[in-house]
Amino acid sequence: MTDLESAKAPGTLAASWIVARKDLAIEFRTRTAFLSALVFALLGVTIFFFAWDATAVAAADLAPGVLWVIFTFAGLLGLQRSFGLELADRAIDGLLGAPIAREAIYLGKALANLVFVSGILAVTIPAVVLFYNLPLGPGIGALAGIAALAAIGLVAVGTLFSAMAVNTRMAELLLPMLSLPFFVPIVMAAAQSSARLMAGRPIAEAWPWLRILVAYDIVFVTACTLAFPYTLDE
Amino acid sequence: MTSAPAPLVAARPRRDLLLPISILAVALVYVRALAFTPIEARQGAAQKIMYVHATSAFIALYVAFVLLAISSLLYLWLKDEKLDRVAESAAEVGLVFTTVVLITGPLWGKTIWGAWWTWDARLTATLFLWFLIVAYQLMRGAVEERGRRARYSAVIGILAAPLVPFIHLSVYLFRTLHPMPILLKPSAPSMPREMVTTFVLSFLAFTLLFIALMRERYRLATLRDRVEGHEGEHA
Repeated sequence: MTDLESAKAPGTLAASWIVARKDLAIEFRTRTAFLSALVFALLGVTIFFFAWDATAVAAADLAPGVLWVIFTFAGLLGLQRSFGLELADRAIDGLLGAPIAREAIYLGKALANLVFVSGILAVTIPAVVLFYNLPLGPGIGALAGIAALAAIGLVAVGTLFSAMAVNTRMAELLLPMLSLPFFVPIVMAAAQSSARLMAGRPIAEAWPWLRILVAYDIVFVTACTLAFPYTLDE
Repeated sequence: MTSAPAPLVAARPRRDLLLPISILAVALVYVRALAFTPIEARQGAAQKIMYVHATSAFIALYVAFVLLAISSLLYLWLKDEKLDRVAESAAEVGLVFTTVVLITGPLWGKTIWGAWWTWDARLTATLFLWFLIVAYQLMRGAVEERGRRARYSAVIGILAAPLVPFIHLSVYLFRTLHPMPILLKPSAPSMPREMVTTFVLSFLAFTLLFIALMRERYRLATLRDRVEGHEGEHA
């Protein structure tokens, strides 16, 4: 038996991990997209501070909105890159030719994007807490949970639209135009639930919003995984 | 497509009477609404916007966009170009009706609520749906290849369906001001008989208009595809 014959095609989850690792390796070696998205997020957080009249609006009221709006826009920068990097030399053909399920390409890409936006959140959330002087003690764990739920929803929809938008004539504009209406429930639920936490309220008050986030993630991860194969050329 | 496209000369459509008839029907309903239907006691003449606003909203949300979602789903399954043309037409005609809703709504709201706009569940969901359909139309224009355009559009057309309840639910938790349904509720409609009649007639007239516009738009899409087929042939 030659090596080629003995090589088995990986299962869907193993294959998605390979795709994710490939994307993360490319990003880790260049770091351009991550660093620019991060700088963009931090700049956004600080610029928002100057658009705010400290005597009229309390910092705790403003912070959640700033956090989730900036997160959405910084996330879009990462999502744009996700399938953008498959355009050069038609690298996507390599993925399509691989003996793996189409869904695995989507899940792998989404996983890499999830790591990307989680990295941005890991810096942006402390930055918001710091710059806006939020008295966030034990609530930080719950906030991380909200962030994870919001990131999953954003990445699920964004990865799918990234795959489509790169093949259109105005990719940079279409991705935000298609994605932002879908991000409305995420931004609203994440901002409302984290506002409760940042105001020092108990987590139970944020519960209805968390349920929306969980339901959104389940519905759209499923729908987008099923829809993804249709965005690829046959 | 394997079969040779039909000659373009034969594609000239016969005169279609449905569109003028439906426009006339809408006009007649409006004569009835303005002159022969009682004025609402508390809202005054402003309530007459309802005959446009509520009917357009119903047709846009429950007819046009449901048709868009269903034809998109069927397209991915059956890969029939006709279904893509139905989706394309439903989206565009639905966009027109949604635009009417978003223009008449603030006019009514300003008179009754005292505000042009409020971030209420239905208003917000309708507004974002409108944005999404605009993006859908722009996306259609930005994809060259026909099969790919159809597949991308179908994916968005399907995903829009679960999005609307999510936006609605989120904003509902946020706050709400829009009145609950007046006509389509389990108990009897809380409107005088004449108003219900006008409303139903208005609904029928707008449905007719919707069908006429859908037909025209579908015919346009068919012709355009045929012209593109010819151009491809001679290129």
